Amino acid sequence: MITFLFYLPFILGFVVIGVWGERKIASFIQDRYGPMEVGPKGLLQTIADLLKMLQKEDIRPKAADKPLFLMAPLLIFVAIFAGFAVLPISPAISGADIETGVFFLLAVVSLDVVGVLMAGWGSNNKYSLYGAMRSVAQIVSYEIPLGITVLCMVVIGSTLDLNELSSLQGIFTSETTYLFGIKSLGIDVTQIGGILSWNIVQVPFSFLIFLIFFIAGLAEANRAPFDLPESESELIGGYHTEYAGFRWGIFMLSEYAMMLLVSFLASILFFGGWNTPFPNIGSVTMATWTSGTPGELSGAIWGAFWLIFKTTIFVFVQMWVRWTYPRLRVDQLMSLSWKYLTPAALILLLLCGVWKMLMV
Amino acid sequence: MDQMAVYLFYFFGLLAIAGALGILITRNLMHAAFLLIAVFLSVAAIFVLGGAEFVAVSQIMVYVGGILILLIFGIMLTNRISSDKIDTGFGNVLLGILVGCAFLVWVGDYILTQFNDQKAALEQTNNQTEKLGISLIADHVLAFELIAILLLIALIGAAYIAKKDKEEVME
Repeated sequence: MITFLFYLPFILGFVVIGVWGERKIASFIQDRYGPMEVGPKGLLQTIADLLKMLQKEDIRPKAADKPLFLMAPLLIFVAIFAGFAVLPISPAISGADIETGVFFLLAVVSLDVVGVLMAGWGSNNKYSLYGAMRSVAQIVSYEIPLGITVLCMVVIGSTLDLNELSSLQGIFTSETTYLFGIKSLGIDVTQIGGILSWNIVQVPFSFLIFLIFFIAGLAEANRAPFDLPESESELIGGYHTEYAGFRWGIFMLSEYAMMLLVSFLASILFFGGWNTPFPNIGSVTMATWTSGTPGELSGAIWGAFWLIFKTTIFVFVQMWVRWTYPRLRVDQLMSLSWKYLTPAALILLLLCGVWKMLMV
Repeated sequence: MDQMAVYLFYFFGLLAIAGALGILITRNLMHAAFLLIAVFLSVAAIFVLGGAEFVAVSQIMVYVGGILILLIFGIMLTNRISSDKIDTGFGNVLLGILVGCAFLVWVGDYILTQFNDQKAALEQTNNQTEKLGISLIADHVLAFELIAILLLIALIGAAYIAKKDKEEVME
């Protein structure tokens, strides 16, 4: 229920701001103004675009495979939205009570590949088909490093539950946390909390894991520099070439939802989820001040605030990367995944296992 | 199982059967492949109703996310891109019906005689995933490792077969 009440409106609201933000960030990076006409600083531009898009005709090519063509956008969005079900919001609001947690998330999100294939095949258009094939090859390949990096953090936290994983990285944990996760240093930071108990500090080499996770996440979301499936300059628009109006809007919504999901996952796995970044230092108990009481309204608000704050930063980084790096070639894409990221992720997984055995 | 779960069980069971029948009836190979997804997902839902959550998620991950995509990819790559509809025909109808009926009798007999007293086994247990993991790595470690090595060999073999010869690349 939390997913419907909180995440669905959140995604919709985020897309409106996200599209505007992306255009503004793009124009900032390219040293121009971006949308300025509608509303102050162009703030209402997306809403105007949205209204225009909703009025457009729902065009359906005559040669398209009708059931597949119509189903595809819905399937993609449902698959990605189902992934949000297991995300926690704050200490007491933990999302769906699914024991397999993050494994469920990865499995369900992998269903969006089916939607992409449906769209590409159903459109009966060679650009769409090429786009779909590229997209699927890319998503299937990058699922492996992504899965392994998630597994690394699951090994460290020894739980699949994302809420439990978050609570291990803050002052509300029931276990003792040591500085850098090394017990023999003997510095107990359980009550200090803040950034020191996040996984990224607890496991010193986890920045590399995060890097692989983030790259693979970009590829999963079909974002630049991995936007070959859509590449406007070669494939017109890839698998959603033939779509117009509302159905095209759902594709756009799914892309932004996927960006959000990857960012949420990054902040939960590596950056403490709903935990505050400020540590308790002596009598300056900043962590306690900025955490609220779990189970009460203050805890919920602070938790949601920190989680969304971190997520927004990662969304910004994704947009920043998009306007910074050129698109990869297909063979570069494949060799990056199979020759570099996957072996590196496997080695890091081994390291995580050893780390978990020796240090904790 | 309470009443709701029973209804859901029948719903997903019927959905799975409908999907399977659709695969049989449709002549469009792509539609058949996509209907297979409906079957897999319904079976996953039945697993969830039986309390086997981990198995259900693995089912989605392996069959839908892996095997089915491979299957669809195979269809796409073996046929000319942007060809017309790919049709399937009906062959060996008589033999198929005979084998199907024999299988139905065999499985039906098994279900009717062997599964009567096992309703109690459907109890929900906590920390299922943890128990499964421990038993995989402790009780069944030999089988686990053997399968892992087998899969690795298969992977290396596939990569070797797919690799182009040096002369071929030179040309």
